[in-house]
Amino acid sequence: MNLSRRHFLVLMPAAAIAWKAVLAGTPEQAENYKLSEHWWGMLIDVPKCIGCGNCVRACAAENDVPEGYFRTWVERYHVSDENMTNPEVISPDGGKEGFPVVKEDEKKYFFVPKMCNHCADSPCTQVCPVGATFVAPDGVVLIDQTYCLGCAYCVQACPYGCRYIHPEKKVADKCTLCYHRITKGLTTACCESCPTGARQLVDLKNPKDPIHEFLKTHSVQVLKPQMATGAKAFYYELDGSVR
Amino acid sequence: MCDLAMFLGEQVKIMNGVEGFMYPNEIGLQWSVLIVLYPFITGLVAGAFILASLERVFHVEAVKPTYRLALLTALSFLIVAPLPLQLHLGHPERSPEMYFTPHSTSAMAMFGYVYLWYLMAVLVFEIWLDYRRDIVLLSRSSRGFLRVIYKVMTLGSDNISPRSLHIDEKVGWIVTLIGIPSAFLLHGYVGFIFGSIKANPWWSSPLMPVVFIFSAMVSGIAGVMLIYMAVTKLRKQAIDVHCVDSIAMYLFYIFIIDFSLEMLDLIHRIYEAGESFRSLNFMVHTKLYFSHIVVQIILGTVTPLALLFITQVVKLSEKVRKRIYVASACLALMGIFAMRWNVVIGGQLFSKSFLGYTTYKMALVTREGSLVAVGLSILPLFILWALIKLLPPWSTEHHPQQAATGD
Repeated sequence: MNLSRRHFLVLMPAAAIAWKAVLAGTPEQAENYKLSEHWWGMLIDVPKCIGCGNCVRACAAENDVPEGYFRTWVERYHVSDENMTNPEVISPDGGKEGFPVVKEDEKKYFFVPKMCNHCADSPCTQVCPVGATFVAPDGVVLIDQTYCLGCAYCVQACPYGCRYIHPEKKVADKCTLCYHRITKGLTTACCESCPTGARQLVDLKNPKDPIHEFLKTHSVQVLKPQMATGAKAFYYELDGSVR
Repeated sequence: MCDLAMFLGEQVKIMNGVEGFMYPNEIGLQWSVLIVLYPFITGLVAGAFILASLERVFHVEAVKPTYRLALLTALSFLIVAPLPLQLHLGHPERSPEMYFTPHSTSAMAMFGYVYLWYLMAVLVFEIWLDYRRDIVLLSRSSRGFLRVIYKVMTLGSDNISPRSLHIDEKVGWIVTLIGIPSAFLLHGYVGFIFGSIKANPWWSSPLMPVVFIFSAMVSGIAGVMLIYMAVTKLRKQAIDVHCVDSIAMYLFYIFIIDFSLEMLDLIHRIYEAGESFRSLNFMVHTKLYFSHIVVQIILGTVTPLALLFITQVVKLSEKVRKRIYVASACLALMGIFAMRWNVVIGGQLFSKSFLGYTTYKMALVTREGSLVAVGLSILPLFILWALIKLLPPWSTEHHPQQAATGD
């Protein structure tokens, strides 16, 4: 093929744009890690959570989460029999330092850890105008922060309040399921630091993962199922009052 | 307030502007007053264009004195429309990526294309076709730098023979015809950006694009009517009363449709009383009471509608009618701005958990502060002034007496 200098100069910018489009949506990964062999999610065992805040602290330290923002947080629900649809909920500083001691009463108390649900049909990735946020082939919802415009449309579209605009980087930020760890065979910082095993990283494509047996034998729910987002944060014994 | 807290069945705790429970990342608002301005400005553009099309496509001769002014107004506001978005972005330097690598599933990704289409293929083209004869004549009569500008603006097309002008007229008609759905697309699309967010019950509604289109028409028509009256007054010319009567009539009927659609949406929400209703109802009665009930509905919609209704059924003197039109247009513009405010800001004041509310703290001198917002609101008027200087809209304007015989 004869490529003149003029044609080369014309084609170069087009090729650069095309290459940029190819690179957008390619997650950073470790050697020997095969994207197609995984489909990550999280199992959250609600009765096991004691609201210690270890997960929130570990996440903040591991991922350099800015003060006042949260990739994961813990909520404490206080539900009375007569008003189940209006629970009292608190999450002081995301539950990072635990919770104040409760007064004994007849109402129900429990903790609910929250994080990005890594939805298979995620509304946040749908609305991103440049595709800077995407569902990786292994099921993790990621953000290419070198490409994000910082328009915050994804923040508006997330039904779970899991995203925020990083105050210094001015781009969208959220839980990556500790992608830098899980692609190297490690678990997430929150799972590792949980003293009761209330959080478990699960790989739905791994036939040996105990999640398959757990899902078969337990009643499991996702948050806001009416949103039809294909959430992959599975909650065991989730109370109906949880939003 | 206390009653409403009891209505919620819980004690409302107020801390740092937060009442009840918000997800921790929701406390600060993501979209500021600049995002309120964006739909307000694009609405004025779309509405002004629709008014211009009344004369061009539907041959409503009575509104002819405002035809060119409406086009220039639309252009002035359209030039400013992307600025609030650019200022809002965390990385405005990356915004061209929306053109190069648009995400096909994103409503927002279409902004660049819709904007460029409307700006270049519709508005600028139509203005150029309509003004081509004037531009050629001005390029011949003016001197110095202005002559160069007009020469450039002719784009080398200086044939103003009757046949050539006839072709301009025909092509201009087709462009306006394409422009009407394009104006609907421009603003309906803005409504869709909000209406398609299923996570937010305040926004999520298929009616949103339709409401946005009709409210755009109200604001654009009211805006052009006000500008026409103000500019004519400044030029010490007589206001064409027949023209403003016709505009006011269209404003009244479109306002009725707009109000009906908004009420339909409201009644539907109240009657359906879905999961989010208690939260939204509480918000409308507290944080949004002034901007929604008082400014948008009572002052910005019911009052101008009542005033315009009076002008339609009661014989009033010209002077009184003109005063009523000015008052109605000002109130309508205020009401539409409040509507945009209530959609954009209101939609972020409550938690997606429906258990709490936050507060919008508008800064004064920041990039997204109120001073910038005021500046951006005034900027189109300066651009309009410059455009009017460059392309006077009244060079071929009908004399009031002549226009009064039209329609």
